[in-house]
Amino acid sequence: MANDIKILTEHINIPGIETFEVYRKAGGYNAVEKAIKKMSPDEIVEEVKKSGIRGRGGAGFPMGMKWSFLAKPEGVPRYLVCNADESEPGTFKDHYLMKNLPHLLIEGMIVSSFALGANKSFIYVRGELMYVVRILEKAIEEAKAAGFLGKNILGSGYDLELVVQPGGGAYICGEETALLESLEGKRGNPRNKPPFPAVKGLYQSPTVVNNVESIANTPWVINHGGEEYAKIGIGRSTGTKLISASGHIKNPGVYEITLGLPVDEFMNSDQYLGGIRDGHYLKAVVAGGSSVPILPANLFYKTANGEDRLMSYESLSDGGFPTGTMLGSGGFIAMDETTCIVRNTWNFSRFYHHESCGQCSPCREGTGWMEKVLHRIEHGHGTMSDIDLLVDVAKKIEGNTICPLGDAAAWPVASAIRHFRDEFEWHINHPNEATKPGAVYMGAEILA
Amino acid sequence: MSVTFTEDKLKKAQEIILRYPEGRQKSALLPILHLAQEQFGWVSSDTMDYVAGLLSITPVEVYEVATFYTMFHLEPVGKHVIEYCRTGPCCAMGGEEVFSHLKTKLGIKANETTSDGLFTLKEVECLAACGWGPCFQIREKYFMHLTNQKVDDIIEELSK
Amino acid sequence: MENEVPLIKVTIDGQEIRVPVGTTIMEAARQIGPSVAPPAMCYYKPLQGSGGKCRACLVKVAAGSEKDPRPMPKLVASCITGAQDGMVVENFTNPEVVEARKGVVEFLLINHPLDCPVCDQAGECHLQDFAFENGVGEKRFVEEKRTFEPEDIGDKVQLHMNRCILCYRCVYTANQLTEKRVHGVMGRGDHAQISTYIKNSLESDFYGNVIDVCPVGALTDKTYRFKSRVWFSKPVDAHCACEKCSGKVQVWYKGDEVIRVTARKNQWGEVEDFICNTCRFDRKKTSDWVIEGPSKVARNSVIAQNKYGLNQGKKPEFALNYAAKNFKGIDDARDYNQNLDEIKKSEDYKALMQKNDKFFSKEKSLK
Repeated sequence: MANDIKILTEHINIPGIETFEVYRKAGGYNAVEKAIKKMSPDEIVEEVKKSGIRGRGGAGFPMGMKWSFLAKPEGVPRYLVCNADESEPGTFKDHYLMKNLPHLLIEGMIVSSFALGANKSFIYVRGELMYVVRILEKAIEEAKAAGFLGKNILGSGYDLELVVQPGGGAYICGEETALLESLEGKRGNPRNKPPFPAVKGLYQSPTVVNNVESIANTPWVINHGGEEYAKIGIGRSTGTKLISASGHIKNPGVYEITLGLPVDEFMNSDQYLGGIRDGHYLKAVVAGGSSVPILPANLFYKTANGEDRLMSYESLSDGGFPTGTMLGSGGFIAMDETTCIVRNTWNFSRFYHHESCGQCSPCREGTGWMEKVLHRIEHGHGTMSDIDLLVDVAKKIEGNTICPLGDAAAWPVASAIRHFRDEFEWHINHPNEATKPGAVYMGAEILA
Repeated sequence: MSVTFTEDKLKKAQEIILRYPEGRQKSALLPILHLAQEQFGWVSSDTMDYVAGLLSITPVEVYEVATFYTMFHLEPVGKHVIEYCRTGPCCAMGGEEVFSHLKTKLGIKANETTSDGLFTLKEVECLAACGWGPCFQIREKYFMHLTNQKVDDIIEELSK
Repeated sequence: MENEVPLIKVTIDGQEIRVPVGTTIMEAARQIGPSVAPPAMCYYKPLQGSGGKCRACLVKVAAGSEKDPRPMPKLVASCITGAQDGMVVENFTNPEVVEARKGVVEFLLINHPLDCPVCDQAGECHLQDFAFENGVGEKRFVEEKRTFEPEDIGDKVQLHMNRCILCYRCVYTANQLTEKRVHGVMGRGDHAQISTYIKNSLESDFYGNVIDVCPVGALTDKTYRFKSRVWFSKPVDAHCACEKCSGKVQVWYKGDEVIRVTARKNQWGEVEDFICNTCRFDRKKTSDWVIEGPSKVARNSVIAQNKYGLNQGKKPEFALNYAAKNFKGIDDARDYNQNLDEIKKSEDYKALMQKNDKFFSKEKSLK
């Protein structure tokens, strides 16, 4: 297995790669030429299916399958919408990719739109990243001037217009139907499903919504073929994945890894994260963005069966929620022994409370409730029954909401209590010690 | 008080409206609210009424949207709005300490404006710059890898 | 007929029904009857697009369809989920559903002021019914509730945002019945609120209907405020020749005085014909109306209490027969002449007392 193949970031360090000229010289837009001149849309869909690539936004749904669900009624426009509303705490890979390689995303948007028969496609970028919106708009102008966008692309008769849409500051718009509502100029309230976007999406027309990283993979798939792509990676986790790494590690940043890389190597080799900062050790990891279950260090390196864990969809979720987690969006947050799990859980909980759209009752009321209880525990006013209360509230939110934000709010709380219950109990039993600045529970000894 | 876009902004707004299919001009709402905030610094109810007129939608449709998204300032703000990330990963990178320093430096709490009207401090959730944290944003610009020293320098620079 | 919609078979809590393709689980269940119909706090059949939000109507789909009999992994909102041929649905019979619904009651109540004693809606409040029928009688939420000041939206409607459960029905009503909506949902999350944002009054001829669709006491009729508890008033069906609406209304009397006018509602609490503001707010004299007779009020409603003479409360014949037969069949072999001391020594009594003890000590621990 080639461990160092870079599908997305191969050219990222070339000076000026954000300009059309340099990007083109490095082989950029070859996929557009190949796709539009030599391939039919169905052939492209077929290649993407063969690649086995799974959605990189967090859910991991096979991209080719999503494409093949797109309804194609006569006389109705179809839309491709790129989800660049990256807001999951711990995740900043799309930010990195778009600001450095805007043309890669645009190239991917062109071939994907062609494959899906879309003539107007949107890139929905979170509003905070307005400077990235400007970078993308500039890149689109350049591509248009070179004949890769607009009317009659490369003389093929295919027209495509790309629109970059800024959001307004709402995590929920990363949920695809909330994103579509927002794109229609409404509040970002997720829609009831069915109908799914593939049937009734943007403007009630068939729509595909894909993550930035997913779309950025398509040029490579077209250039090299889906089968070649599928050879990279391990099992059903094909290809590479961008991991955004933050927390108490030596080398935070964005890494492109081949799926299947051993967790130990990713965490500790100098090529990647370089291990935990000096003089400290790993306590817990959130492997795929704040919503996935937190894992204590021991369960992170090894599965419950004692196997080495790998950076892949399957291996990270090995053991299910009791002893596993999820690859999610690849938002990797490492925490050393100075981290207070209660405080961190409260922080995440506050995030979901703040970001709940308020449409359905379990999420609207439950996220706030959990935050308030966690705030109480963290500030020395918790009672023992609060722990079970949190578990119960999380359970009553999970699975009972319109969109997955409810689950995303429930999982971090439930998993933190599952793996670090003693820490919660210590907070409740020792309010005076626990509320000292910097105080952290470390089993028998207390670091203060 | 009546509110109108400058000629430039109005032209830009009209361009934006044309991006969308016919009859879907409401899609332009978020970009145009951003445009309005660029010009006026914040989004007043008069501004919202004006935007509603531009898009031929009812004012309440604009209020609903503007109050849903956190980027729009519905009250007047200082010249520089510091939007500070308070979410977990930034905290793990030392965000809480830098934030206390920033508050002391400015002499205000979150959601307050300095008496000279220069700075408004807001806490926001994750800005998607976790590995480059702690971070804050002032208008479109990201300030990352913050330290107490760096915060001092930025504030000095902007106070000039 | 050629265009007849094909029928599909759905089983809900063990009862089968055939309904046209395209029917939702909720509507199929309502056709069977109240014993299996899920509660609905946001869904409102006359309002297109309503539903899916409150999660009160979650049900378990134990078998998806004849073709694919696998159960659905999550509970589904029955008001927006289409029934399939051969679908098996569990509602009140499924413990998972009962548990989730307890959760929904609790969620809806944590920020609700529970001010029923001073709320005009009490007695005809869907949240009261929903909580009574599906909730638990104790609270676990000890934090501070979010609060808002009451607000007049127009001279006829008062908004008590504290009571609102954000069902969005009033927003749909304004969208679908009036030309220009001036109120909506502002903000987000648990601080979202129904508002006009800048003080604006509801002026359309049909705005008054937001009062009728509101499941709680969030939107109330200012011309009726504090006039009477609903159970002391008496509704009669009446109509008038109205130029704006159907004119079919319910007129509510307290003694001889008309204290309010509302639309007529069906057994699910849904408006049958939306009425105009003139009928609702301005026609407050008996001479404005042609009285048709007492409204049908469900026997278990507080509104029915002490009003229509004994006949109204008469049990149906079959029930009387059934009860009579079963009373006769009771075989009680207990000895009624035992004295009290002996009873106190018995195992039954001890077990009962122990159970009581548990209950009381739990009560104490709550304080």
